[in-house]
Amino acid sequence: MSARDEVFAALRRSLGVGAVDAPRRDAVAARLAQAPVGIIPRRGQGEPAERLATFKSEAERVQATVAEVASAADVPAEIARYLRENNLPATLRFGDDRRLAAMPWAATALEIARGPSEGDDLNAASAAFAAVAETGTLALVSGPDNPTTLNFLPDNHFVVLFAADIVGDVESVFAKLRATYGPGALPRTVNFITGPSRSADIEQTLLLGAHGPRRLHIVVAES
Amino acid sequence: MSVAATTPRFKDNVHDALNDRRLQGALPHARNFIGRRAEAAARLPEFDALRDSARAIKDHTLAHLDLYLEAYERKVVEAGGHVHYARDADEAIAVILGVCKAHGAKVVTKGKSMVSEEIGLNAALEREGIAAVETDLGEYVIQLRGEAPSHIIAPAIHVTRDDIEADFRRLHRDLAPDRDLSRPEQLLGEARAILRDRFLSADVGVTGANFLVAETGTSIIVTNEGNGDLTQTLPKVHVVLASIEKVTPTLNDVAQILRVLGRSATGQDMSVYTTLSTGPRRTGDPDGPEEYHVVLLDNGRSATLGGPFAEMLRCIRCGACMNHCPVYHAVGGHAYGWVYPGPMGAVLTPLLIGVAEGGQLPNASTFCGRCEAVCPMRIPLPKLMRTWREREFERRLTPPLARAALRLWAFFAKRPALYRPATDLAMRALALIGRRRGRFAWAPFAGGWTRGRDLPAPQGATFQSRWRAKSGAVK
Repeated sequence: MSARDEVFAALRRSLGVGAVDAPRRDAVAARLAQAPVGIIPRRGQGEPAERLATFKSEAERVQATVAEVASAADVPAEIARYLRENNLPATLRFGDDRRLAAMPWAATALEIARGPSEGDDLNAASAAFAAVAETGTLALVSGPDNPTTLNFLPDNHFVVLFAADIVGDVESVFAKLRATYGPGALPRTVNFITGPSRSADIEQTLLLGAHGPRRLHIVVAES
Repeated sequence: MSVAATTPRFKDNVHDALNDRRLQGALPHARNFIGRRAEAAARLPEFDALRDSARAIKDHTLAHLDLYLEAYERKVVEAGGHVHYARDADEAIAVILGVCKAHGAKVVTKGKSMVSEEIGLNAALEREGIAAVETDLGEYVIQLRGEAPSHIIAPAIHVTRDDIEADFRRLHRDLAPDRDLSRPEQLLGEARAILRDRFLSADVGVTGANFLVAETGTSIIVTNEGNGDLTQTLPKVHVVLASIEKVTPTLNDVAQILRVLGRSATGQDMSVYTTLSTGPRRTGDPDGPEEYHVVLLDNGRSATLGGPFAEMLRCIRCGACMNHCPVYHAVGGHAYGWVYPGPMGAVLTPLLIGVAEGGQLPNASTFCGRCEAVCPMRIPLPKLMRTWREREFERRLTPPLARAALRLWAFFAKRPALYRPATDLAMRALALIGRRRGRFAWAPFAGGWTRGRDLPAPQGATFQSRWRAKSGAVK
């Protein structure tokens, strides 16, 4: 008997069930199809303006910084300002995301590179798929638009978030993923990011920038 | 072959731990978790309701585990991944070695995985000439020291900053010997730089999984450093090693459990990185692994299901039970002698390595009940430890002196006319010795017992005598 067969036989022996068991199969099929939503905390709920305010305060609680700009056209200037004021090199790498590509980067002094990171970039930008007000969490999806390496290799990560993409809870992000990629399907990687990288492994002292970005700056565009 | 246990020498381990001044200096850090968890729980009014919800999801899943595993497997394959089943540690190691050899792997990076500790993966890779590199900062530190983790989420909690500095100076010999490593930031920076090179040169990345999602065939890791993500994104091959009870029906079910996981573990509402991985990189993806394998380990889980310890399978490895355990606080994780310490380890270890080897651990409890009170999955840990004690007694594994003492106690307990005066006398005696100072640690000849613990002195009367007096007064 193969390892697989034996594991399943052992499970069914322990559960006292057979392999063909219509009511159990129906229960499982129904849960997988319906994906019932459980308890949703009140914290992240509310009107869009309320959700934005909650998102901002929760993200700041976990040492992210948040800037609000009026429109997508203002994003490059905000990123350039942040780099200048933090004495960081005026470089930036991002992927093929059309919203990012359409922004007026030429109006800044930033030296722009495109595509995934090889590990020697200091600064990168990504566009968020969505964000969760409840916990100040960003949701990013993999692909040529926003390569996953940009989320982890650079020291400073800028995430551009459109205010309309801020939802109350992670369940709403899952609903948006199902609507975008089809039921039961996901891109290779979905990264939920809540603040910059950290470790408390040395005597429980909180240190930022363990392996991933030391700084996470979120630029929220109102439109 | 799984890691050799020193659990049968538990009492000696405890003795050594209590006399280890360096360890005793590091252990108070574990108590930091208590306040953080309490604060995070207090900030979320729905926290306790979410614990009930999480528990119900796990109970439902375990009752249908065979079917959810089938559904999960189908979705992984649909997404282009490979699923391997392993009945025990040896089979899991054989699968992983097979994948590594097929790719000619020389360097394997690892995200933090307790299951990999359970199967002894690092030693097995090294035996085949493959370098296994732990990338979680705490795991990296203990790998340098040749130690096992002493905590399931804070593996190096027994190590001091000075120890880490000494280890780095000893082993990072390419770096300037006079470099400044006096601040924790500098230690972190050094580890970050060294590990960055290993991430970029690794052929295979092995991670664990906090969840396996049947709805989508997804594995999920929950981390803070980002090392797990670099481990699974940069090499050509991503291997996920997880035990079968990690299967969870849907993403929405995961969302319920996530809300109690971070808060119970570190007091975070969400850990920094919650990463969903589904299959290998897609056409057009500029990064991500080209191959994706999942190794599903049974190693005793299927036999546990449906038995008296089945509730243990709800465990999500948050570490809250050990963070709140007075025994863990006193002796640390290594004394438990195998992979899983604290109350969860005391229940799990005999299940995984047998009661003959691990049977002493369920005695390492005062039954204070704090572990159950904070367990996000509401696992009745004291009850399960008590069940182990009963088994140990039935199988005559309890030491003769303890058996004799229990028999003596039972003799009195079954005879109230003797029990009452005997306990009255004992309480008066204890009160006489201890009442003036309220504790016993000062008493002559008590040192052997009170060195690692103490108890408040009784006030001189038993509960029963006071109850009699009180109800007499009411009547």
